[in-house]
Amino acid sequence: MNPLAIVGRVFLNFLTAVGRVALFTFEGVRHIFLPPFYFRLLVRQMMTIGYFSLPVVGLTALFTGMVLALQIFIGAGRFNAESAVASIVVLGITRELGPVLGGLMVAGRVASAMAAEIGTMRVTEQIDALTTLSTNPFKYLVTPRLLAATLSLPVLVLVADIIGVMGGYLIATHKLGFNAGTYLKNTIDFLQTLDVVSGLVKAAVFGFIIALMGCYHGFHSRGGAQGVGKATTDAVVSASILILVANYFVTELFFAGK
Amino acid sequence: MSDTPNKIVLKDVHKRFGKKVVLDGLNLEVPRGKSLVVIGGSGTGKSVMLKCVLGLIKPDSGQILVDGQDATRFDNGEREDMLRKFGMLFQGSALFDSLKVWENVAFGLIQGRGLDRKDAKAIALEKLGQVGLGAEVGELSPSELSGGMQKRVALARAIAAEPEIIFFDEPTTGLDPIMSDVINDLIKSCVQKLGATTLSITHDMASARKIADYIAMIYKGRIIWQGPAAEVDRSGNDYVDQFIHGRAEGPIKMEVLKP
Repeated sequence: MNPLAIVGRVFLNFLTAVGRVALFTFEGVRHIFLPPFYFRLLVRQMMTIGYFSLPVVGLTALFTGMVLALQIFIGAGRFNAESAVASIVVLGITRELGPVLGGLMVAGRVASAMAAEIGTMRVTEQIDALTTLSTNPFKYLVTPRLLAATLSLPVLVLVADIIGVMGGYLIATHKLGFNAGTYLKNTIDFLQTLDVVSGLVKAAVFGFIIALMGCYHGFHSRGGAQGVGKATTDAVVSASILILVANYFVTELFFAGK
Repeated sequence: MSDTPNKIVLKDVHKRFGKKVVLDGLNLEVPRGKSLVVIGGSGTGKSVMLKCVLGLIKPDSGQILVDGQDATRFDNGEREDMLRKFGMLFQGSALFDSLKVWENVAFGLIQGRGLDRKDAKAIALEKLGQVGLGAEVGELSPSELSGGMQKRVALARAIAAEPEIIFFDEPTTGLDPIMSDVINDLIKSCVQKLGATTLSITHDMASARKIADYIAMIYKGRIIWQGPAAEVDRSGNDYVDQFIHGRAEGPIKMEVLKP
């Protein structure tokens, strides 16, 4: 085949996919504001996405905070700036590592589960069944997940921030010989509201991305078990990549010119 | 509009997926209050035809009239209103595995019609009783049921809202002959009780003979014969004869790759 034709086809397929995701996003957001509202489903999804992700996100944050304290201590030691450990740990966790690592862990756990569940519903005609039972499958399946993930992730990341900072504190005070009071003072003194808020806004954006990719790939899965498997993989990969891309843009939005 | 002799009419419906033509100018009339069974082999367009009527697939061209109104021109709201007239039994039952059996049966009543959960549960248990399942089954999960029981639950769900029109997609596929007959009897009794118009698709001739008032045969995306069920054995159509007798030899050639 003509190489130009291949490039053209790949580009057109890409544009088609972007268009589909855009329409899917529009529909998902539109239905958030249109009745009927499924509160029971929303609460169930918030439990699944937020509460049940706490152990994995908490552990990630704890060890990240611990490692961060060690690494910064080594790095800062080369400039005789060990006192900066507390402030760099808290800024690193709240601005970047809390939301990004939390988002990636939830993407692995939740986007895959959403894609698998909705994909199985698609290939077993359960989504068609919803339509014949006068229920909009988009509103019933997609909207509660989008809303639940967008609302849950900031709370989850706030908890992760606290656990992460605590991880750094534990290492700093028990292993690196920092004074507990001074470490905490440095942590709080250098922290600004915007550091936390920007992390939480990122978390909300990442939550939306995770649910969007999980639902989108599940909704469009085809071809039985293999199709569901592919949808699951695609959901996790695309959610992870989009989280990293979105992270840059949200960071730039908050910190441009600072 | 509602006094048209035919509840559903498909006029010159075309649908293709890529280069594959699935429906090729399909014409079909489903008489009001009667049971029409469409027979045909795999891949002849039966399921696509049903999904076009339900609006799950959009036809490329043609008209689909439900009570005289063209369903292909409905917006989402109008389609949701139209679907309130319908019940559907899916080939694989399509029960929601995250919900209990009674919640499956009551789903359309709670979500679609806004009924209170308590009232919907009472109706669901009554419908489960109609298909021979006790109240204790209502508390189980669909995955705990056998294939035959799942079909019964799916039937109960299809009739729960007492629809005017019921579609049956391969209602006996995957069931043993005795369970198939049980399902056929249940379909017949439930439909008679409701006085509903039904459109079924199947390749099980025993099922077709049992539940049909009229039979139509689909082949390569077109209806090639339609008539009263009693006349299917003397249709004078070679395709129909080959199909109902299950002969490998005849005008219908199976597309089988030779080794």
